[in-house]
Amino acid sequence: MLDNIKDFASDFFVTGDPLIYGADVSIGLTMIAVVFALTYFKKWNWLWKDWLTTVDHKRIGIMYVIAALLMLFRGGVDALLMRTQLAVPDSDFLSPEHYNQIFTTHGVIMILFMAMPLMFGLFNLVIPLQIGARDVAFPFLNSLSFWLFFFGAMLFNVSFVIGGSPDAGWLSYPPLSEMSHSPGVGQDFYIWGIQISGIGSLMTGINFVVTILKMRTPGMKLMKMPMFTWSVLSSSLTILLAFPILTVTLALLFIDRYFGAHFFTLDSGGNPMMYINLIWMWGHPEVYIIVLPAFGIFSEIVATFSKKRLFGYKSMVFALMSISLFSFFTWAHHFFTMGSGANVNIFFAITTMIIAIPTGVKVFNWLFTMFRGRISFPTPMLWTVAFIPCFIVGGMTGVLLSVAPADFQFHNSYFLIAHFHQVIIGGVAFGFFAGLYYWWPKVFGFTLNERLGKWAFWTWNIGFYVCFMPQYVLGLMGMTRRLSTYGWDKGWYELNLTSTIGGFLMGIGFLFQVWQILHSIKFMKRATGDPWGGRTLEWSIPSPAPLYNFATLPQADEKDPWWEEKTRIADGHAPLPKPKLEPIHMPKNSGIPFVMSSFWFVAGFGLVFDWLWMAIPGFVGVAVCMLVHSFRYKTDYYIPVDEIERTEAAARRNV
Amino acid sequence: MAQSGNHSIANSSHGHGHAHDDGHHDLEALRMMGFWIFLITDCILFGTLFATYVVLNGNTAGGPTPSELFEMPGVIAETFILLTSSFTSGLAVLCMNRGDRKGLIIWLAITALLGASFVSLEVTEFVKLVHEGAAISTSAYWSAFFTLVGTHGLHVSIGLVWMISIMIQLGRHGINSVTKRKVNIVSLYWHFLDVVWIFVFTIVYMMGVM
Repeated sequence: MLDNIKDFASDFFVTGDPLIYGADVSIGLTMIAVVFALTYFKKWNWLWKDWLTTVDHKRIGIMYVIAALLMLFRGGVDALLMRTQLAVPDSDFLSPEHYNQIFTTHGVIMILFMAMPLMFGLFNLVIPLQIGARDVAFPFLNSLSFWLFFFGAMLFNVSFVIGGSPDAGWLSYPPLSEMSHSPGVGQDFYIWGIQISGIGSLMTGINFVVTILKMRTPGMKLMKMPMFTWSVLSSSLTILLAFPILTVTLALLFIDRYFGAHFFTLDSGGNPMMYINLIWMWGHPEVYIIVLPAFGIFSEIVATFSKKRLFGYKSMVFALMSISLFSFFTWAHHFFTMGSGANVNIFFAITTMIIAIPTGVKVFNWLFTMFRGRISFPTPMLWTVAFIPCFIVGGMTGVLLSVAPADFQFHNSYFLIAHFHQVIIGGVAFGFFAGLYYWWPKVFGFTLNERLGKWAFWTWNIGFYVCFMPQYVLGLMGMTRRLSTYGWDKGWYELNLTSTIGGFLMGIGFLFQVWQILHSIKFMKRATGDPWGGRTLEWSIPSPAPLYNFATLPQADEKDPWWEEKTRIADGHAPLPKPKLEPIHMPKNSGIPFVMSSFWFVAGFGLVFDWLWMAIPGFVGVAVCMLVHSFRYKTDYYIPVDEIERTEAAARRNV
Repeated sequence: MAQSGNHSIANSSHGHGHAHDDGHHDLEALRMMGFWIFLITDCILFGTLFATYVVLNGNTAGGPTPSELFEMPGVIAETFILLTSSFTSGLAVLCMNRGDRKGLIIWLAITALLGASFVSLEVTEFVKLVHEGAAISTSAYWSAFFTLVGTHGLHVSIGLVWMISIMIQLGRHGINSVTKRKVNIVSLYWHFLDVVWIFVFTIVYMMGVM
């Protein structure tokens, strides 16, 4: 009996690595500390009522951001472990198997559990405020999206200590990811972790398309929307068309593994290249999904801190929309070496090069917005200005990679690694940092310390170039990706060591950001409603925004309505008249999204271990939750006028 | 206006009082639009499955081929049953628009019965195929077949549960703006599955036996 339990435990838990025992202990201690703190400070009720069941887009946004920053920490630790391993030749810091797991989880976490939730966090925090709405179109669905992401991410991360992590690369190409080559549970954690959070992403896409198309404040025509809103619309539309492909692809891989089907196997007529085509039909649009909102953020910041209207509004809209269209026609450039022939490769090479055109248009628009502007350089603007050259270099190396014959040399080398880190860190991460700094005062009602922010900015930026510039050279010298070690004879030592130093500098940059946030919480400096001299509607209300966002809906007849209003008032005109207050219709909180997503977690966990006794009740739980929600009819309430008046008066006193 | 879940009946008259106010979006119209967009994503989902099917078509790896095993009479019966159920769900909506709750529930029940017989015919067909040696693990072709047709069948089954729950809600609350939107959405979903089935019938079965 005892032996049975021992056997089970040694399979169930990941054993044998001191790093993992360390993680086990720290996870256990953290959980005990959290439970203790919640009980000691009597915060369980607060946690449930104010956060777990909330349908308020502002709180959901905050939860997304916190989760994304935690995931950034884990993905970053993965990156530093890899860089430590590669710092010197013939290193045995990590075993090859462990190294495989770490590059896999690093990629998955950074794209799907860091970039995506950080992006959704910014969607939630900003979009309703920017378009003058009181919430998103479907607040219940919004909460469900968040919890599906959260439990999907948890399921994926649990593989670190239970069962074993996936190790077939961040896109899990078959046949390596098939049962024949990866019989462990790691791949199943991969499939279900991503599948569950992917359903959430799809619903967020639907939610924001409807919100932006239908819930804009009176007067705000499509071509008068703020640029961030446009970028979110283009990104959400791309989600709608791309994410179902991911759902199907992962489902087919699961069917292969679970039912012994032959979609992507090597025998019985299966076709592994089918998987690679499908996954990139989602995967390529995916990189535009995360970078388009970053472009929107830069557009807002450049206009605000240059005190000028954004240059080339129409061309910017056109560029965003054409990028989301073209993103669906470039997927095969990820495998020019597959052997589909010159004609196919030419098509995808040209579509890839075409994308550089609208991207170039954007860069010129940002530059011309700054031209003759009254520019100031607080942290959001610093990240924006640093982004431009970084993204240009990353974009240019991307165009180099798109030349199909040359790609036969660059393919899967460190040149590629350097390229996509440069566009994803330089574009997406810098963009989301800029956005977070820019909207932080609006979200939390206090400003971040600028001095520490500048330290963080410089360490991040210097670290970035020190880390990734050598990798271009290493790629040209023949170093391939996913290589767990190399010999002294290769001559790659110095460049790898330099790159590792750069990686740790970025790690220090992250610590500066954490310090900056903690410092700013301690020495809290209250923010006004409009700390930057903003142009769009979110700056016209107090920080943080009241529960209902806008006491009365603003009229938005111009492009930068708040800026125009301020100009009118400065010119001595009266402000636009506000309509009379009326009771505001609000959704009630609901525990169903949280409960339903935890059933998804149970079902996913059961399927990972082939435990039907666990998976079936999980799915039944999901179905019951949906039915219970369908039968609920009293889900809303009204905020009475006198309560709105009290809230508004209190907000005015604080400003 | 922000609101989640269902439009409260008690408050619906209140909501109409503000209909002139631009801030009060028509919630049921928002949800209808959300569902249309969901259908776009479902189109992509089926499109991907069809693409996979077409690519793997013919990869039977020396095992049974579709033309050997498909039995068209059963499939044609399935097709007519599903097409008829689409028609009856249309009749249900017509009854609803006339305010005839009883007729609405009866036509929905007939639709659900037709849907259930479609699903049971499909399950019978699958069981027979497996007995004849064509299971999901037999070859790439059969993997693609069972996954594509099975996903459609799963959609129909989910639609059945959904339709039954709406019939119960109609019994409780009668026809109002919320239940009306729900019936409209479920019938939209049902027509969509019908259209998908036309493609399944043509691409999988007709071209399979040709």
